[in-house]
Amino acid sequence: MTLAQLPVGESARIAAVGGEGALRRRLLDMGLTPGTIVMVRKIAPMGDPIELHLRGYELTLRLEDAQNITLVEMPKVEEAQG
Amino acid sequence: MVFALAGNQNSGKTTLFNQLTGSNQHVGNFPGVTVDKKEGIIRDHTTGEHHFGPRSWGHERHKRSEIPPRAPATVVDLPGIYSLSPYTSEEIVTRDFLIDGKPDGIINIVDATNIERNLYLTLQLIELGIPMVIALNMMDEMRANGNTVDVNGLEKELGVPVVPISAAKNEGIDELIEHALRAAEHRECPRRQDFCSGAVHRCIHGIAHMIEDHAQAAGVPPYFAATKLVEGDEPMQKRLHLTDNELDLIGHSVTEMETELGTDREAALADMRYSFIEKLCAATVVKHGESREHTRSVQLDKVLTGKYTGIPIFLLIMLAVFWLTFGVIGTFLSDVLSAGIDALTAAVGAGLDAYGINPVVRSLVIDGVFAGVGSVLSFLPIIVTLFFFLSMLEDSGYMARVAFVMDKLLRKIGLSGRSFVPMLIGFGCSVPAIMATRTLSSDRDRKMTILLTPFMSCSAKLPIYAVFTAAFFPQHGALAMIVLYVSGMAVGVLAGLVMKSTLYKGNPVPFVMELPNYRVPSAKSVLLLMWDKAKDFLTRAFTVIFVATIIIWFLQTFDTRLNVVTDSSASILAGLGHLLAPLFAPLGFTDWRAATALITGFSAKEAVVSTMAVLTGTNISELGMALQGIFTPLSAASFLAFTLLYSPCVAAIAAVKREMHSGFAAAWVALAQCLIAWVFAFAVFQVGSLFV
Repeated sequence: MTLAQLPVGESARIAAVGGEGALRRRLLDMGLTPGTIVMVRKIAPMGDPIELHLRGYELTLRLEDAQNITLVEMPKVEEAQG
Repeated sequence: MVFALAGNQNSGKTTLFNQLTGSNQHVGNFPGVTVDKKEGIIRDHTTGEHHFGPRSWGHERHKRSEIPPRAPATVVDLPGIYSLSPYTSEEIVTRDFLIDGKPDGIINIVDATNIERNLYLTLQLIELGIPMVIALNMMDEMRANGNTVDVNGLEKELGVPVVPISAAKNEGIDELIEHALRAAEHRECPRRQDFCSGAVHRCIHGIAHMIEDHAQAAGVPPYFAATKLVEGDEPMQKRLHLTDNELDLIGHSVTEMETELGTDREAALADMRYSFIEKLCAATVVKHGESREHTRSVQLDKVLTGKYTGIPIFLLIMLAVFWLTFGVIGTFLSDVLSAGIDALTAAVGAGLDAYGINPVVRSLVIDGVFAGVGSVLSFLPIIVTLFFFLSMLEDSGYMARVAFVMDKLLRKIGLSGRSFVPMLIGFGCSVPAIMATRTLSSDRDRKMTILLTPFMSCSAKLPIYAVFTAAFFPQHGALAMIVLYVSGMAVGVLAGLVMKSTLYKGNPVPFVMELPNYRVPSAKSVLLLMWDKAKDFLTRAFTVIFVATIIIWFLQTFDTRLNVVTDSSASILAGLGHLLAPLFAPLGFTDWRAATALITGFSAKEAVVSTMAVLTGTNISELGMALQGIFTPLSAASFLAFTLLYSPCVAAIAAVKREMHSGFAAAWVALAQCLIAWVFAFAVFQVGSLFV
């Protein structure tokens, strides 16, 4: 499952961050590293981008970019922290 | 002594910069890019309220003389960035400044309420081995929420001094200045650079040893160079002039590390830094759940970016800003200002008459200088008011939400939601719209937005539309207006698509953006920004725009033999109109008066209508009749299409030049817009001719 498929309000742990170049580096720099727990807070009114909660702050990214982030298959068990 | 102020966006960096320097600052730009470079002199902290060390008020004067005099220290405000990666122009500019600008110290601002992500940049700055102080900002918010940070623990683990401050409340700034000066004077470099362990540690150290000579020759700190090589940073590889053999060895070492960790180089380093930070924060930061500010932001966002409420509220806010700026406050202030200018003009005019001055000089002063600069000055209240609202929206954190809500609309033309507001302002006036692109965080987006803004039909063109539609399409006035505005946008979208696949083909900066907590904007920052924009505009009004008005006056007043004309149709300007008229023949309007009016429209779009009135010898109310003698409905449509798209006025061109840092770009905008307008009007007339 990728971050783009995670339903609103649910949290999951990041397994891997794909993609390349500037985008991938940016995702990593903003704290989307493997092992981090992210929560999808909402989807923008026009259906894209999405708003995430991680490491105690809010981050927005586009669905097509969120597809690069794969999740550990066990949502619902864990709660977002911070 | 020079300090670099570095930190994340939304960390309170601008507020701190303003506290450090007061109004003692000036804005330039980094070479080659449109990234702002703000510099200022650090204020004399020894006269501040919070003294460093024991000192009693009674002995103030006596004590102060004991302090050895210090050379003034300068602080350079670097762009707000999250990492020293080699991708965006902001990050590259920061790296280059820190390495080649040889600052004596770094002041790194860290938002204590968002400490994990903020420290990520800190770890990379420490690698540079430059004396550094951490300004731990928003400590007032932390305290108010009952949260604490073990400052000593943080200091010990990071190996650099940490000063708790509140930039918004001006707390701890004197201590910060004192620590920064001391660190720089004693060359106190970070006591620790190595935050990694295991495979990453071995890899970085091996490479650091190997490239030490290269790094020193290239003037780059070896440890920093090594980390960047491990990350696969291309600019660093080029800079160090490594041999093929060395590159092979590095590649081999990195592959070894990747295999051992089961991940790639970039992820390994990001993970290493964040793992260290997580441990550090667990040991030094005590947080009791969500802060009030965060909870409040989440609540506000339920409405402000809500599924059904987000867009309507955005439109309402923009409508209110427009109405207040262009309708209420701006017009009121403009009226007051123009009343003042009129009074001054009358007084000066009377004075000149009484003196019996040469009528040409009188005309130069009154019709040229006063009328020209006066009309430009009437923009000023609008600009100041608009930037008051814009900086409120920006500083409160709402602008990031606009980008979030509107992103999808602009994505097709290769821009992000951030460009939406400047373009929207373009419907009011291109000048502040172009100036507002300064808030965009990417150089590429900024340039593209500047080039697209003139396609948004500005309000000064409204009188032209009004006169023409009333004369030629009285039954379909509203429809004609809508068609005009929509055509402008449509051509803009086309231009955007073309630019995206030609001029700005490269990868757009990824839209991965923080949504900061909502905060009350600081009055000082808002006022400083307004002052800055006003100063900026006034400088241009009295240079470029002033010269342009004088030229137009000259062309209007004299004939080719430099005699003062009595009949406006004999002026050089009219001659130019005659000369250019054939160019417009394929567009359906051959009358020289149309061409002349378009030329004066270059100084200000309102001038198109007034010139038409002067040249046809009518007043505005009879102008419609006169126009019917010059244009057919079809050629009027073609003329409107041309006015919609042709070169922006001189004030806007000057703004383009200022924001793009390029006279060439400004000239290109003027020329390209004229070409586009010609083609579009040509299409309107030729296609229309098939049906009429």
